[in-house]
Amino acid sequence: MNRFQVEVRVKPRRGLLDPQGKATHLALESLGYAETKEVRVGKVLDLEIEAVDAGTAQERAEEMCRKLLANPVTEDFLVSVLGEVAG
Amino acid sequence: MKVAVVTFPGSNCDYDCYKALQLFPEFTPEFRWHREQDLGGVDAVFLPGGFSYGDYLRPGAIARFSPIMESVSAFARAGGPVIGICNGFQVLCESGLLPGALLRNESLHFRNREVHIRVETNRSPFTLAYEEGAILRVHIAHGDGNFHADRETLAELEGEARIAFRYVTPEGGLGAGSNPNGSAHNIAGIVNAERNVLGMMPHPERSVEALLGPTDGRGVFESLELHLSGSHAPLVHAATEAAPRD
Repeated sequence: MNRFQVEVRVKPRRGLLDPQGKATHLALESLGYAETKEVRVGKVLDLEIEAVDAGTAQERAEEMCRKLLANPVTEDFLVSVLGEVAG
Repeated sequence: MKVAVVTFPGSNCDYDCYKALQLFPEFTPEFRWHREQDLGGVDAVFLPGGFSYGDYLRPGAIARFSPIMESVSAFARAGGPVIGICNGFQVLCESGLLPGALLRNESLHFRNREVHIRVETNRSPFTLAYEEGAILRVHIAHGDGNFHADRETLAELEGEARIAFRYVTPEGGLGAGSNPNGSAHNIAGIVNAERNVLGMMPHPERSVEALLGPTDGRGVFESLELHLSGSHAPLVHAATEAAPRD
């Protein structure tokens, strides 16, 4: 078994109202960052997953997303296997 | 009539539900801890408000995998009456017993206030004692009550008269100021297709004693009492009678 560093990014679905993103966008504008055209606030989960290979780690993490980590009604997710954890 | 009130770690309206149920002599409320596997022989289930598991990840997301929820799902799928209030509504959506999801309030503010809601359907075990169109004064207290569902689901909820309650102005309209959280179609509560599961953000259990304000929430409990005593036409019958779908 190897241990993989896996990053899960969960974002509000495109087109879905994101009040946190909107509020952050307004705050950036009021600080003078007028070039900001869109802000979406999501979350990042860092997982360490034991698996035989990177593909299996990826599959397992995607399954976790479908089951628990993301809500399919409101959120999209992206799983990236960043590499193996040393040791 | 035995009624289970489920307590998750972080539930804080479980005692309110328990006390409200006690006001009705027909009910014998019993707490069920989230770790219990079995609901036991109960006639109805309350999922109370609060912040189960600290609302970590998403409100209701972790509670739905509590051991007790398997038993609650089986009870619901067998037609048993289940109501989720506030966080309980979020748990029902996360568990798939109700469609849609509850997002952060559009204002980003936690809203703790009295609101007006309109009874949209009395074809459910928790609303049958109300007259359709009745306007109720009830309390809300939530940060994530903004109901969201895709267009097809909303059309289905509308078409099948599955919106139980809608936020309205004191006069009963849907105009400015009626919607406290940005909910799609001013939705405050919905029922499942079989109509035995109801989720709502407002707290009927907080509006049952005149000493504390309006008592318009009593109808939810009176409805359940009527439903369980069998003194009302069965829901399945009522549901097939209406349902203008094509």
